[in-house]
Amino acid sequence: MKNRLLLLVLVLLGVLGGCADSSTHATGIYLLVDTSGTYAQEMNKARAIVNYMLGTLQPGDSLAVARIDSGSFSEKDIVAKVTFDGRPSVTNNQKRNFGTAVEDFARSVKGSAHTDITGGLLQAVEFLNETRSGSKYVLIFSDLEEDLDKGQVRNFDIPLSGFKVIALNVTKLRSDNIDPREYLSRLDAWRERVEAGGGQWKVVNDLDRLERILADV
Amino acid sequence: MSDFMSNAIPGSPYLSYLILWAVLMVGLYLARERAHEVIRAGSMVVRNAMRLAASSVGLAEKRLIARNREVLLAAGEAEAERQLEREFHRISAHVDRSLQNYPSIQRTVSEQITRIEEDFNATSHVPPTPPTWASAVKAVAKIPDQDNTLVASILGDIHRTLVAQEKKVTEEYRAETGKRHRILANMLPYWRAILSRLDEMDKSVPEMQSRARLIDGLMATYEDIRNGSDRAVRKLSSSSMTQFVTAGTVLAIAIGGAMINFNLIALPMSEMVGGGSYIGHFKTSDVAALVIILVEAAMGLFLMECLRITRLFPLIGSLDDRVRRRMMWIAFSILFILAGIESSLAFMRDRIAADIQALRQSLAGSQPGDVTPSLIPTVGQMVMGFILPFALTFVAIPLESFIHASRTVAGVATAGLLRVTAFYLRFLGTTAYYLGSLTTALYDLFIFPSLWLEGVVGKKGRPSISIPSSRKGGGHGGTVSSQGSSSEASFAPRPAMTEEEVISE
Repeated sequence: MKNRLLLLVLVLLGVLGGCADSSTHATGIYLLVDTSGTYAQEMNKARAIVNYMLGTLQPGDSLAVARIDSGSFSEKDIVAKVTFDGRPSVTNNQKRNFGTAVEDFARSVKGSAHTDITGGLLQAVEFLNETRSGSKYVLIFSDLEEDLDKGQVRNFDIPLSGFKVIALNVTKLRSDNIDPREYLSRLDAWRERVEAGGGQWKVVNDLDRLERILADV
Repeated sequence: MSDFMSNAIPGSPYLSYLILWAVLMVGLYLARERAHEVIRAGSMVVRNAMRLAASSVGLAEKRLIARNREVLLAAGEAEAERQLEREFHRISAHVDRSLQNYPSIQRTVSEQITRIEEDFNATSHVPPTPPTWASAVKAVAKIPDQDNTLVASILGDIHRTLVAQEKKVTEEYRAETGKRHRILANMLPYWRAILSRLDEMDKSVPEMQSRARLIDGLMATYEDIRNGSDRAVRKLSSSSMTQFVTAGTVLAIAIGGAMINFNLIALPMSEMVGGGSYIGHFKTSDVAALVIILVEAAMGLFLMECLRITRLFPLIGSLDDRVRRRMMWIAFSILFILAGIESSLAFMRDRIAADIQALRQSLAGSQPGDVTPSLIPTVGQMVMGFILPFALTFVAIPLESFIHASRTVAGVATAGLLRVTAFYLRFLGTTAYYLGSLTTALYDLFIFPSLWLEGVVGKKGRPSISIPSSRKGGGHGGTVSSQGSSSEASFAPRPAMTEEEVISE
């Protein structure tokens, strides 16, 4: 009788353990921050977005901030990354440390000569796939004007199936003001590229309503 | 299709339409009888199917009502037996309490009565009456002394002696009488004591009488239920409805308490089981918090069962008293431990919430205020965390009432649903039947020119056109006579149902 009871308890524990799933409901966010040219001056806005994300994300979620520079497909460009612990108290400390790291980066950021957005996007895909998050967001804080270094090959499809790519604060360039079609065609090009890779595309320029960032794409 | 119809005679679309219409009229006229039969048969099929279904549903409703009645009476009987048993226990306890001193009271009263009797007997001893010397003294005093001093002296002495004796005896008599009065006066406390004892006895008797009256009432109800009277069923049904509503209201309040309890412990549970893991679509911490609350409710239920306040588990009620008492202490201990855990979790929740708030403030760029956090919310949450599990214990009482009453309510509701279903099935059947009649009438209306022509031809005395009829005595079709009566009959739909048929429907 005791053996049967023990077996039943073990089976129940097994079922409960099997049901427990820590990855599929987690959210993973990768924020790419453009540091090229004049866009480096927009760092305060990027910090506000990071702070909003820190206040929103829950234990078990992942967050990374990386810069977009001349060669962004590199771990060295990741400013800070974290997968929050399951315990809220530990998560709070991780969030504080993360905020400090981003603050330090924002204070010491220097403009880069080129803008490798595709490389950053690839790095984001790699990171978020490793976190095994259920919802994967790549936030691109950039004017989306890609300026590759000589010899860099980026004209291929990016595997973005299951990813939501959100362009934030896409500023208009001087040339866009002369011919707005350039701006629109730039956005369209990125949308087509993301959707061709199987991802979803969204543009949020109004940073006063940060809650819209993670709303359904 | 439209082109084909309009081009039946090329170049004359109107003529084409006219010819087609005439062909249609003739075709429909010839097919009239069969069409009527098909329509009527279709409507009858639907009607009969619906009536059959309605009968089945009605039968099911009757069975359910009978079953509900049985269940209601059985439950009422059990409840009445329980009440009677309780009343008998109470009256037994009252008799034990009131009459346990009866032998000593009786002994005391009889002792006191004996003493009173003895005293009374003591007072019954008549003091010696003064001797009848007065007449002798008088007689001696009247004897003439005849100047004989000796005789006079002797008589005087005798007189004085007699007077002295009389005085002494009278005093003794008075003393004896006074003594008896004192004895009678001493009897008063005994009388009072007896009166007090009798008063005590007198007080317990009316209570016994009121309880006996209550038991009489319960016995009458019990007999009513045993006899299965309609009055008893109505009473029990009404009582069940009231219990259902009352218990449901209390349960809703308890669910509100449980939700508050859940919110108190869900966040800190994530500190223990992790906030990032899920069971299905639910957070593990939420499930764990819910499980704790449910375990508390279950322990409360067992506690109430062990105390024999509720009777949801007959097995627990029939356990040996020693085992039951042990089980009660185990349930109470688990409940107490869980209440302690909840209190700790409530404390932890306060700390975590404060930390999260501080983090959000720092992320928003505002400095935390210098106001010292008050201990009142913390203590309040801890007290709530400790008390709510015990408060949830009492949910067992309305839960039991709710479960018992819900059987009756569900039975009544299902019977009502079946009745409504049967009504709609009959309604559909009748509607289908009359729709069939209406369709045949519309059919005749559509081919009215053919029927009119048939009437005109009939009036001119042509031989009657025989239209085959498959129905004997049916009002449709038959022979079209030269008088046109058959034509009228052809128009007439199936005779409408009589009043009795409608009522039976």
